[in-house]
Amino acid sequence: MNAIIHKLPERITYYEVPSLESELKSLLKNPLKEIVLDFGEVHTLDSTGAVFIQSFANRLREADKQVRFEGMSANVSHTLQLFAPIESKPASKPAKENIFVRIGDSAHQWMSYFIESLVLFADIFYWAFVAFFRKKLRRRSEVINQGVQIGVNALFIVGLIAFLIGFILALQSAAQLRLFGANIYVADLVAVAMISEMGPLITAILVAGRSGSAITAEIATMKVSEEIDALNVMGVDPLPYLIVPKLYALLIVLPLLTVFANVIGIIGGAVIGVTYLDIDLLPFFKEVISVLRYKEIFTGLVKSVTFAVIILLTATYFGFKARGGAEGVGKVTTSSVVASIFFVIVADSILGLIFYFGGPSF
Amino acid sequence: MTSKALIKVENLTGGYNETVILKDVSFEVYEGEILVILGTSGCGKTTLLKHLIGLLYPFSGKIYLLGHDLLSLPEKKAMILMRKIGVLFQNGALLNSITVADNVAIPYEQHTNLKTDLINQLVRLKLKLVGLPHAAELLPSELSGGMRKRAALARAIALDPPILFADEPAAGLDPVTAASLDRLLLDLRKLLGMTLVVVTHELTSIKRIADRILFLDKGRIAFLGTMEQAMASESEPVKKFFNP
Repeated sequence: MNAIIHKLPERITYYEVPSLESELKSLLKNPLKEIVLDFGEVHTLDSTGAVFIQSFANRLREADKQVRFEGMSANVSHTLQLFAPIESKPASKPAKENIFVRIGDSAHQWMSYFIESLVLFADIFYWAFVAFFRKKLRRRSEVINQGVQIGVNALFIVGLIAFLIGFILALQSAAQLRLFGANIYVADLVAVAMISEMGPLITAILVAGRSGSAITAEIATMKVSEEIDALNVMGVDPLPYLIVPKLYALLIVLPLLTVFANVIGIIGGAVIGVTYLDIDLLPFFKEVISVLRYKEIFTGLVKSVTFAVIILLTATYFGFKARGGAEGVGKVTTSSVVASIFFVIVADSILGLIFYFGGPSF
Repeated sequence: MTSKALIKVENLTGGYNETVILKDVSFEVYEGEILVILGTSGCGKTTLLKHLIGLLYPFSGKIYLLGHDLLSLPEKKAMILMRKIGVLFQNGALLNSITVADNVAIPYEQHTNLKTDLINQLVRLKLKLVGLPHAAELLPSELSGGMRKRAALARAIALDPPILFADEPAAGLDPVTAASLDRLLLDLRKLLGMTLVVVTHELTSIKRIADRILFLDKGRIAFLGTMEQAMASESEPVKKFFNP
């Protein structure tokens, strides 16, 4: 007889298949053409085993072997019939697009993002304006609630970071100013840097990370769980209902948080002035007051209001773009924080240039 | 019943946190049968199911699955035992970020050393078994409610578990889809020899699939027996349920 008879084990389940596969591989290289797979001892065969045996038999047939199954019980035969493998067609690869088509697509996409955000911007401001005159739309308690969440609950972290920034600013500049006996100018440097630049920027970055992400996640979750659709079909526009109270809260709270950060940052600088540079507290604060012009204070406040709008718009835009489930929410939240911080820094640079070269002089 | 008991519950008292929901529940589920757990809303059906699949730990009592004492098994062994049961959750519980095929492939990828080609074939086979041969590359969010449950069923039966638990399989489905899902469960029982524990309160579904009924009332077993016995039962909550 010119056939190889291979006895299969008692159990062929997903657990035994990997070892059985390495055992059966030798059959592919065997010069004999006829192979008999003996099922005589097989009493447990699951779907994995059935699919594997039949796929392997097909591989043998493709290698010009003749394969026969022998000694099958009725149960095994039934399982093999039930779990006949399905031949898979290789997935066709999508045609590669021309680079110009891809550039064009991408430009078109960015353009549509830009237009969408402009429309959203206009809608939010329209509703913010309308709500200001309509008591029902103002949702005062929601504004207060948001104000507490965005502002009061962020006081500690904003204060701590501002203190450390003021402290470090003073420390780094003290080393240089000391060389020229210009210790007192540490107060000028810290005050101007904190009020016109670092205070608004650091506060906005913290609020974007803390509250911007929360706003995006909230709206995105509402979007994917059809709560936004529910509001729409009830005839409630989600923008005045959900977004405008957050905008009011941010417009009130972010400038206040910025003022708080400025004060704490200057106190951080004063700690270095008093302990390291031997400046008395009173002359330090007299210097701070003398150096500050209305322009610096005005610059800082304009910046903080602009940042509030940017954070709210970015968070809202990404929240409404959420698709799918939990993963979609995570994706838009990450994008929202990155985009907010980016836009805040870009806006800071633009406003910095405007105020430096052409701002109002007080 | 002469078959062996694959599930045995002895004097189970359990619930959430410190709230007792199930009180002194004892029953057995035999190989190859379909036991339907039913009762009015809030009676403890889903809580009982969660105890049986190890998601909740009871206050007292014992649960034997396939002869193993579930509660005294070390965590690693309990995880291995869990591979031998399939669970069809009420909303399907498919992972939304991956395709239907990838969802069905999870048990193979996590619990076996099979090669990708074989896994792909098995996934297609299981999807064909549940009547979704063309849904492999779709995302769960692109499926209808009934299709999502079928896809979840394909995942639950991936490793041919001897026991399948199903939580409200017909809930939220239209009568035609619910009936086809019931037929699918009956077919799977016949084809794969599974034992099924189904939680439901859909009366038509119960009539179609139940071998025996376990009726829970306020956390206690009010009735355990066949459909015919249930219809003739003198128990007040059972009578009320079948003739509201």
